[in-house]
Amino acid sequence: MKFRTRAIHVGNERDAHTGAVVPPIHVASTYVQPGAGDWGEFDYSRSGNPTRKNLEATLASLEGGCGALAFASGMAATHCATMLLNAGDHILAGSDIYGGTYRLLHKIVNRSGLQVSLASSSRLDELEAAIRPETKLLWVESPGNPLMSLTDLAACAEIAKRNGILLAVDNTFASPALTRPLELGADIVMHSATKYLGGHSDVLGGALVVKDTSLYDRLYFIQNATGAVLGPFDAFLVSRGLKTLEIRVREQSRTAQQLAEYLDADPRVARVLYPGLPLHAGHDIAKRQMEGAFGAMLSFEVAGDFALAKRVAESTELFQLAVSLGAVESLIEQPASMSHASYDAADRAAHGITDGLIRISVGLEAFEDLRDDLSQALDRAAKS
Amino acid sequence: MNTPKPPYGPSTIAVHAGEARQKPTDAITDPIVCASTFTFANSQAVIDYIEQEQPREEYGRYGNPGEKIAEKKLAEMEGGEAALLFSSGMAAIVGVFMAKLNAGDEVIFFDECYHRSREFCAKHLARFGVTTNQVKACDYDAMEAAITPKTKLLVSESPTNPHMSIVDLERFVDIGRRNQVETLIDATLATPYNLRPIEYGVDYVLHSATKYLAGHNDLLAGVIIGTEEKLAAIRNLRGIMGAVNSAHNIYLLLRGLKTFELRMQRHNANGLAVAQFLASHPRVKRVFYPGLETHTYYEVAQKTMSGFGGLVTFTVKDADWRQTAAIVDAAQIPRIAPSLGGVESLIEQPMIMSYYECSPEDRQRFGITDNMIRMSCGIENTDDLIEDLRQALDH
Ligand SMILES: Cc1ncc(COP(=O)(O)O)c(C=O)c1O
Ligand SMILES: Cc1ncc(COP(=O)(O)O)c(C=O)c1O
Repeated sequence: MKFRTRAIHVGNERDAHTGAVVPPIHVASTYVQPGAGDWGEFDYSRSGNPTRKNLEATLASLEGGCGALAFASGMAATHCATMLLNAGDHILAGSDIYGGTYRLLHKIVNRSGLQVSLASSSRLDELEAAIRPETKLLWVESPGNPLMSLTDLAACAEIAKRNGILLAVDNTFASPALTRPLELGADIVMHSATKYLGGHSDVLGGALVVKDTSLYDRLYFIQNATGAVLGPFDAFLVSRGLKTLEIRVREQSRTAQQLAEYLDADPRVARVLYPGLPLHAGHDIAKRQMEGAFGAMLSFEVAGDFALAKRVAESTELFQLAVSLGAVESLIEQPASMSHASYDAADRAAHGITDGLIRISVGLEAFEDLRDDLSQALDRAAKS
Repeated sequence: MNTPKPPYGPSTIAVHAGEARQKPTDAITDPIVCASTFTFANSQAVIDYIEQEQPREEYGRYGNPGEKIAEKKLAEMEGGEAALLFSSGMAAIVGVFMAKLNAGDEVIFFDECYHRSREFCAKHLARFGVTTNQVKACDYDAMEAAITPKTKLLVSESPTNPHMSIVDLERFVDIGRRNQVETLIDATLATPYNLRPIEYGVDYVLHSATKYLAGHNDLLAGVIIGTEEKLAAIRNLRGIMGAVNSAHNIYLLLRGLKTFELRMQRHNANGLAVAQFLASHPRVKRVFYPGLETHTYYEVAQKTMSGFGGLVTFTVKDADWRQTAAIVDAAQIPRIAPSLGGVESLIEQPMIMSYYECSPEDRQRFGITDNMIRMSCGIENTDDLIEDLRQALDH
């Protein structure tokens, strides 16, 4: 079965007890056992829950993995993956990664005696040169945030294999509808299910998907022991979101492409960062690695200063001023004052996050409406 | 964006209409307000509320914040003034009839319709002294001839279920106008994406929102759209009869509406592709789908609709009910279940699913043959659905 059909059917088998077309939401925290020391399929909801398990089955199918684990948030999923390592081990991460991942690695994970360093995952020789004898995990994100840098995942997988380390890919921005890192050789796929998987700005969730059963078993052990599992109501909402994942992502990407082309031709805009534009540095990788579309996230720079960009972000009528992304509602934000404000000015400059940069998450609204909204915001911001 | 400006496209309206741009607590989605009752600061506040008819909540049966948002969104999507949500499509139908009809009144129906609508009229409205007159679907002369001074409402589905007959809304509304009788269209199978009855002057548009509007086979809801003035009495009765929807369901409905346009595009594409495939299959005798040139109502459908939805009905050549059932049973992707309009495809044999307890004569009267199969195409991959039907037919 094709992706879209599996998104609807795998993990959503008809309910054996009631025949319900949509599986029930199982809220029980504990399960009655057949006998003392004799365990049924489910015993305690942290160890396993039917609603969560259904979602995990769908995710595993969509990412082409042997199994998936659903977490309370994307960060909880990432944290679980880092707990595979031991004190003294080293994590090498790409430099264009989500700010919260940066914070987790540098402020929390490092405290358990793990070493962390960053290198650009779009310059592969530098990346490989940064691998140390203690390196156990390579962590990359593609497209990157907020510059939409592309990482060649198949090439990273070869590097990881050559050096005997695990490759984990944060696939939040692309979603499995466009990119399936396990098929390209990655060991672990991570998602903030808060974004495209849930898709409606109404759940926090995270996931890890793997293709190796022994790796799955190790991660499952950690998840069960540490407990950051996804609740059944939220698992249900993510499952429901997955049924429209492909059509949402494709439609949102189509609109993003149109907006990118529109902004690119607009004199009020200095630069557009979108992998679907032929001049984007990652365009060729994106064409290979993203299936038929380039995602629905894009950044652009206004020709002006911090204050102008701030006014643009505050002047839209349809785009709403908020962090996060991947939902049906379009969002706008200024990385320098919002998602990447925790970086100091020098770090922002080093990462190419200029004061004039604006990031948008393109939703499901009509292209014409979003275009007109950005246009009036650019005008209004320039006038005031 | 409380009321979107008219030029906004359908998807923008589905995502934003009815919602405050800046919501309480600044959340991007509206909260699910589970409260059954709402508090007043003091007695004077209660008196002000009653005397000034202030727009606030009082008690859950009379209204809920999520309900108001969903109603505004649905009204905007339909191009109507106001909408009323009910706990199911049937509750909405019953709500209109009970509010609008009195003992001695008559209602005229086109006879192809959801069997429970027919049952409610025949078994229950009759007990309250309301007479139901059924005339052959799309026989406009018969409908007009059946009108008497007591006739209060003309009712039809469009498309009809399961025959997919399409009502010429111009003619239907014209009969109502000339005879000063109100009109109601159950547009569940069409949705506002494919059909705009309000633009033709239909007084009440009804939907089982359980179907395409909610779209995920996971809630029941009904809605009726019309002018504020015409809906006032129905709203009042709803508050007394209590067939209101729950806050949780309403949230799922709102969430479903956000992808409405996308889902409908897929349902339309899958419905048409499946209908075309079936029409070319040697085991298929007849396909009922308004998008096929061979369909009796193809021209009317072209004139009034912009797409034809996911429901496809067909009959199997030289097959008795068991041979027909074998095809249904052999399908792997659609599940055997009543209902329609969700992301999951469903399949059923009307003779077994909805008309099993009818006499053969009644089934014949309703046009339900033993070899008839109804499929609700979901939003799965088109090729998967066609390949599955092919193997089921070749089984
Ligand atoms: C690319 C990426 N990875 C990880 C996360 C973290 O996920 P969550 O917010 O669900 O913890 C986010 C979002 O905030 C993200 O954008
Ligand atoms: C055309 C039509 N109208 C009304 C209904 C009744 O709606 P509900 O099942 O939501 O009560 C249905 C479905 O069952 C239907 O198909």
